[in-house]
Amino acid sequence: MSHLLRGHAPISESGWKQLDEEGRQRLVPALAARKLVDFAGPLGWERSATNLGRTVAVDSVPVEGLVARQRQVLALVELRASFSLERDELRDAERGAQDVDLSALDLAARRIAQAENVAVLHGWAAAGIVGISEASTHPAIALGDVYADYPSRVALAVERLLEQGIGGPYGLALGPQGYTGVVETTEHGGLVVFDHLRQILQGPIVWSPGVRGAVVVSLRGGDFLLDVGQDLSIGYDSYDAAVVNLYLEESFSFRVASADAAVALHP
Amino acid sequence: MAQSAGLHEPEDQLAAGTVDRHRAITSLQEELEAIDWYDQRVDATADGELAAVLAHNRDEEKEHAVMTLEWLRRKDPVLDRHLRTYLFTTEPVPEVEAEATDAGLRAEPGDGGLGIGGLRGAHE
Repeated sequence: MSHLLRGHAPISESGWKQLDEEGRQRLVPALAARKLVDFAGPLGWERSATNLGRTVAVDSVPVEGLVARQRQVLALVELRASFSLERDELRDAERGAQDVDLSALDLAARRIAQAENVAVLHGWAAAGIVGISEASTHPAIALGDVYADYPSRVALAVERLLEQGIGGPYGLALGPQGYTGVVETTEHGGLVVFDHLRQILQGPIVWSPGVRGAVVVSLRGGDFLLDVGQDLSIGYDSYDAAVVNLYLEESFSFRVASADAAVALHP
Repeated sequence: MAQSAGLHEPEDQLAAGTVDRHRAITSLQEELEAIDWYDQRVDATADGELAAVLAHNRDEEKEHAVMTLEWLRRKDPVLDRHLRTYLFTTEPVPEVEAEATDAGLRAEPGDGGLGIGGLRGAHE
């Protein structure tokens, strides 16, 4: 049995299938970073670190005449979002209820997806992760709050990438408010801002919960590397007469290989 | 001594796959019987040259039997699973069965992974 201990939970096989499907449906739309970066995995729960291929000198050695270097690695971070479900609701699901309350799972899915987006696109210092926007070597561009101006801002970001020889297509991670704005706004002449942005990018505009402003990234590949040990899974913690305590969990590391392959646009 | 057994049910009530598997099983049966026959004849003859010819022919029947078994394996997922469990093991066969049964009982409801993985291109 894996560390998720699913076999110990008072949940039937069909109940687990329903929870897994609900989790998957809620996570996929919100996992913005995975739509823009290279993904490697799942590499397993046992995977502890990503090889960086670098070393540092070890100052002292136990015997004279030797040289020592120590490998540098990026440790994977374990990210967990706990939630509780009413056992009565799970029993009703077994009876065929179609309106089972899984809102706690939905909230956990939103939180963990948002955390992954923030870690990849903005960084997570406490976990040793440098995000795309903070690693970018390009000066940030002011996005402003006029949606009709977004195409010119994004075109400037793409121009900067091209000047550095960073090829496309390009993707745009856009926070929820900005995303809604560009979908709703038309420019002079009636062109929807969303469509104009797509023409500039030649790539996707990704609804990105947790993103502040926007980030333009090259999708040529090899620039932004998300290594996943255990991919998003639902595990079991404990239960009592009323609730089952579960969690969503993943382990991952993220690193930027080409800091000049993205441009941040701040709000 | 087994003969090639015929169908036990009216053919018009049988699926085409069942009839083909019957053909293969019958053929496999014949090959295995031939091996048994050759074994006995090799033992019984006093002519060493004949014994060598019979042993050669017997070993060809083994190849034929295994080729037919492989065809059956490809058509029958349960047979495939059992062959994968028992063939080429070294522990006593009953222990292999006990381990396989324990593993089945220990199986978790799903492995927990939601199977999401990378999503490049998923938004298009």
